[in-house]
Amino acid sequence: MSLNVSSDRGYEAVIGLEIHAQLKTQSKMFCSDSTTFEAGDNENTSPVSVGLPGSLPVVNKKAIEFSVKTGLALGCQIRRTSVFSRKNYFYPDLSKGYQISQYDLPICYNGGVRIKTENGFKRIPIERAHMEEDAGKSTHQGDYTLINYNRAGIPLLEIVSGPDMHSAIEAANYARTVWQIVRYLGVCDGNLEEGSLRCDVNVSVRKIGVEKLGTKVEIKNINSFRFIEKAIDFEIERQIDVLESGQKIIQETRLFDPDKNKTFSMRTKEDAQDYRYFPDPDLLPVHLTEEYIENIQKSLPELPLDRSERFQKTQGLPETDAALLTSEKALADYFEMAATQSGNPKATANWIMTEVLKELNASGKSILDCPVSPVHLGKLIHEIDQGQISGKMAKVIFQEMWSHPRDPLEIIKEKGLVQISNTSEIEKIVDQVLKLNVSAVAEYRSGKTKLLGFFVGAIMKETKGKANPEIVNEILNKKLANHEG
Amino acid sequence: MEISNLSIKETQKILLEKKISAYELTQYYLDRIEKLDPQINSYITVNEKALEEAKAIDQKISKGATIESFSLLGIPMGIKDMLCTKGIKTTAGSKMLENFIPPYDSTVVSRLKNQGAILLGKLNQDEFAMGSSSETSYYGPVKNPWNLDCVAGGSSGGSAAAVAAELAQFTIGTDTGGSIRQPAHFCGVVGVKPTYGRVSRYGIVAYASSLDQAGPLAKNVEDAALILETIAGHDSMDSTTSQRKKEPWSENLNANIKGLRVGLVKEYRTDQLYPDVEKVYAESIETLKKLGAEIKEISLPLTEFGIPVYYLIASSEASSNLARYDGVRYGHRAEFKNLSAVELEKFYGQTRGEGFGKEVQRRIMLGTYCLSSGYFDAYYNKASQVRRLISNQYQEAFKSCDVLLSPVTTSPAFKLGERISDPLTMYLNDIFTITVNLAGLPGMSVPFGISKGGLPIGVQLVTAPFEEQKMLNVAYALEMNSNTKGARPNVS
Repeated sequence: MSLNVSSDRGYEAVIGLEIHAQLKTQSKMFCSDSTTFEAGDNENTSPVSVGLPGSLPVVNKKAIEFSVKTGLALGCQIRRTSVFSRKNYFYPDLSKGYQISQYDLPICYNGGVRIKTENGFKRIPIERAHMEEDAGKSTHQGDYTLINYNRAGIPLLEIVSGPDMHSAIEAANYARTVWQIVRYLGVCDGNLEEGSLRCDVNVSVRKIGVEKLGTKVEIKNINSFRFIEKAIDFEIERQIDVLESGQKIIQETRLFDPDKNKTFSMRTKEDAQDYRYFPDPDLLPVHLTEEYIENIQKSLPELPLDRSERFQKTQGLPETDAALLTSEKALADYFEMAATQSGNPKATANWIMTEVLKELNASGKSILDCPVSPVHLGKLIHEIDQGQISGKMAKVIFQEMWSHPRDPLEIIKEKGLVQISNTSEIEKIVDQVLKLNVSAVAEYRSGKTKLLGFFVGAIMKETKGKANPEIVNEILNKKLANHEG
Repeated sequence: MEISNLSIKETQKILLEKKISAYELTQYYLDRIEKLDPQINSYITVNEKALEEAKAIDQKISKGATIESFSLLGIPMGIKDMLCTKGIKTTAGSKMLENFIPPYDSTVVSRLKNQGAILLGKLNQDEFAMGSSSETSYYGPVKNPWNLDCVAGGSSGGSAAAVAAELAQFTIGTDTGGSIRQPAHFCGVVGVKPTYGRVSRYGIVAYASSLDQAGPLAKNVEDAALILETIAGHDSMDSTTSQRKKEPWSENLNANIKGLRVGLVKEYRTDQLYPDVEKVYAESIETLKKLGAEIKEISLPLTEFGIPVYYLIASSEASSNLARYDGVRYGHRAEFKNLSAVELEKFYGQTRGEGFGKEVQRRIMLGTYCLSSGYFDAYYNKASQVRRLISNQYQEAFKSCDVLLSPVTTSPAFKLGERISDPLTMYLNDIFTITVNLAGLPGMSVPFGISKGGLPIGVQLVTAPFEEQKMLNVAYALEMNSNTKGARPNVS
C-alpha cells in the first residue's frame, strides 16, 4: 500500500503540490487573442503574444474574476491590491524573455481545502494562488525545434499547497479535489492530457520524529492523477534508498517517465535560475473592492464535498453514491433535478449510476449531452413507484427515451405499457390459471413450492407481462395457501 | 514661398487655399532630405510611400476635408525610430532590428496618420534610446545642423535635427531621462515630454517602461501644443495611460503669465554651468519677471540622487524589456555553420552580443545585476524608494509654485566624440532633466538664446502632473519675448 511506503521504512514523506490551472477565458490573459485549443499553429497570436517590440499587456478582467472565484472556493483570502511581476528567464517559447506572473503580492493567499482520507477528512493548507501567463509550446523534431505561441499568454492560476501531505494517495486526492473544484466553478476544463491542468510535485523525506525537513526534489509536469501517485511512490522509495546508502539527496528537478515508472533528473539546483522578479511597470496593481469580492462569493456554487454531505444527509444516499454523483457538477445537478421529479432519491441515484452512466460511457457522451433529460428520468422512476409500470418495462421505456427523447408518459401511452395493478382483474386471471393447472396446484400444495415461478410465468404470459408482479405474487400466495386450511 | 518659417496652421492655410498641394509640400521636404540629410544623418529610413500618402491627402482636401476634422491635415512629419510603423522598418537605432518591419502602427503614429499627417520617414537616435548624443546609433551619429562638428543631442537627436534643418515640419521623439528636451535644446527647437500616462506607449519600443513618454519636437510652442493634442489621451492598449481628457492646449495658449509663481531650484546652482547657458537662463528669469511672474527659490534636496536612481531603475527595466531580442522570432540572429549543434545559451549570447552595441550591453548588464537576488533590495528597491521621495518633493514644491524654470543641460551641444568614451560625464549631463521622468511630470524645452559660438540654448519648464497648459503658456510667453525667436541654422 502506497500509504505505508515511507512509514514502513521508518521515514515520513513531506509532499506539496503546485497545480497550474488554465483559466477558461475566451481571450488570453493580456491580449485579445482567442484561446481555442483547436486553432492552427501560431494562429492565436498577435504582437502582444509573440512579444513584438512596443507591444503592451492589458489585463483580462475575466481572468481576475475566475482567479478570485477559485481563491474563494479554496478558502483563500483575497488580496485587495495585488501586483503583477516579471519573472525573467530566457527560453524560445517565452516570447518576451519574461513571464508576467505574481510574486510577493499574489491575488489569493492563506487558504485551505478539505480532502477525504482513509481516516476521515483532512484540511490541506493552500499557501497562495497567483495569476500568470502560460508560455508557448516547443516541439523538438530531430535537428530543429518548432514553437507554437497559441498557448503563450493563456491565463493560468498557480495553486500552491503547503507541504502538508504525507502519502502519494493523499497528494493525488488533493489534486483530484482541486481538479473537481475548478471544474465545478467552470473556470478550468481540467483536461490533464491537453495540459489545461498541470501538476508539479515537491517531495522530501525525513526520519520519523525528525523535525527538520529533508532536501526537496521537484517532479514537474505530471499529467494524470495516477502518475502523481506513482511518481511520488517511486520518489519516496528512491530518496529513502539514497539516504539509507549513506548518500545525500540532491536538490533538483526531476521528470516522471510513466513507461518506466521512474523519475529521472532534469536539472540540478546549481543550474537553478535567478528569475530577477520585479513589479511589471506596464501593468497597474489590481485593486478589488469589497463589493466585487462579495458578489463573487455569493455566486459560488456548492462545492463537491459539501454537496456530497448534503446528499447523504438529506437524500439518504450512501457515501459512495453521494461521492460519485457529486464528482461533476453537471452530474450532481442532473441527479438533483431527477430526484426532485421522482421523489425517490435512492432509486434515482441507482438509475443514474447504472443505466444513465452505462449508456453515456458506451456512447462516449457527457452528462450534459445526455439525451434523457433529468425530468424525464424522474418521471419514469415516479411511474415505477406508483406501480404504473414494472422495472422491466421501465428499462424498455428508458431505451426508447434514449433513442427518441421524449416524455416517458407518452411512450407508456403509445405502447400501451401500463401495468395491470387492478387486484380483481388480476385475481380473475389467477383463478383462471389455477383452474387450468389443477395438477400443478396439487403438486405445489404437496410441497413442491418451486412451482410458484411456473404460475407467475403463466399469469405474465396471459397478461403479456403487464401484471404487477408484486400483486400477482400476493394473490397467488393467498390463493394457493387458502386450500390448505 | 518660404515654407520653412510657417507654422502648422499657416501651412494648412495655404494647403486649403490650394497655393500648394500636400504632394508638393511633401516633395519639398523629400528634396531637402535628399540634399541635406547626408551631412546631418537624421533619417534612418525615408518612407517610399510618402508621396502616395500625400496624394491621398490632396484628394481628401479636394473633397472638402477640414482642419476641424483633421488637425494635422497635410503636414509632413518624421518619427523617431522607436515607434513602430506598419510596413516600414523600425530599428530603434540598433543592428538588432536592422531588418525589422512591424506589422502594426504604434498608437501615436496611427493617431497622427488619422489626423492627416504624412510620414516622411524614421529618425535616427541613440540605440534603444540609450544615450544623450545620438552617437550610440548603429546608423552613425546625428550631426547638429547649427554646427556639423557638434552632436544633435539624444536620444531623439534625429528628431531634433530634422526639425531644426527643416527636414520635417514636426517630429516625434521619446523621452526617458531628457531625450526630447536635451536634443531640442541642442538644436534650437521646442520639445515637450508630457506627463507620464498622457501619451500611449503602445507600439513604442520599450526602453524603461515606467519612464518612457513620447512627445513632439516642433518649430514653435503652438505647433507643439497642437501635436500633443493629437497624440494624447487614454488608450485601451496601454494600461498606464491616464483617463484624463486632453485639452485644446493650442487654442488655449495664453502668454499672460502675470502673477504666476515660477520656482528656481536651489540645488541646480552649480559652477559647472557654462557661462552662455547661465546667461540665457538669467535672461529668461528676467523676462518672466518683467512679464509679471513671481520668482521664488525652492529646494529639491534629493536632486543629487536623481542620476543614480535613474540609472538603476532605467537599466533594470531595460534589462527585462530588451530580453525579447533573442533572434528567435525576428531581428538579428547570429549565423552558425551548424545551427542545430549550437547550445541555446551560445545562440543567445552570440546573437545579442552582435546585435547590441556597447552602451546597450552596459545597461543590460547593470540592470541584470540590480535585479539579481541578493542585490534587488539594495539597488532596485532602494532606488524605487528614493524615487518616491523625489516625487513627493516635487509635490511639495508645487504647493508654492506653478512652474519650475531651469537650464536644460549645463552646456550647449558638445563636440562629436568628446564624451562618448566617458559615460559618467555623459550621464551627469542629464541632471536637470532626469528627475522629471522619475516623478512622471511634464517638462519641456524652449529655445531662448544663442551661444557666442552660435549654438542654440534653451530653458526647461516643468509643472505638476497634467498641468501641460500652464507649462505651454510660460513657454509661449518666453518664445514671444525671445531675442532669437525664429532663428534657424544655416544648412545648405
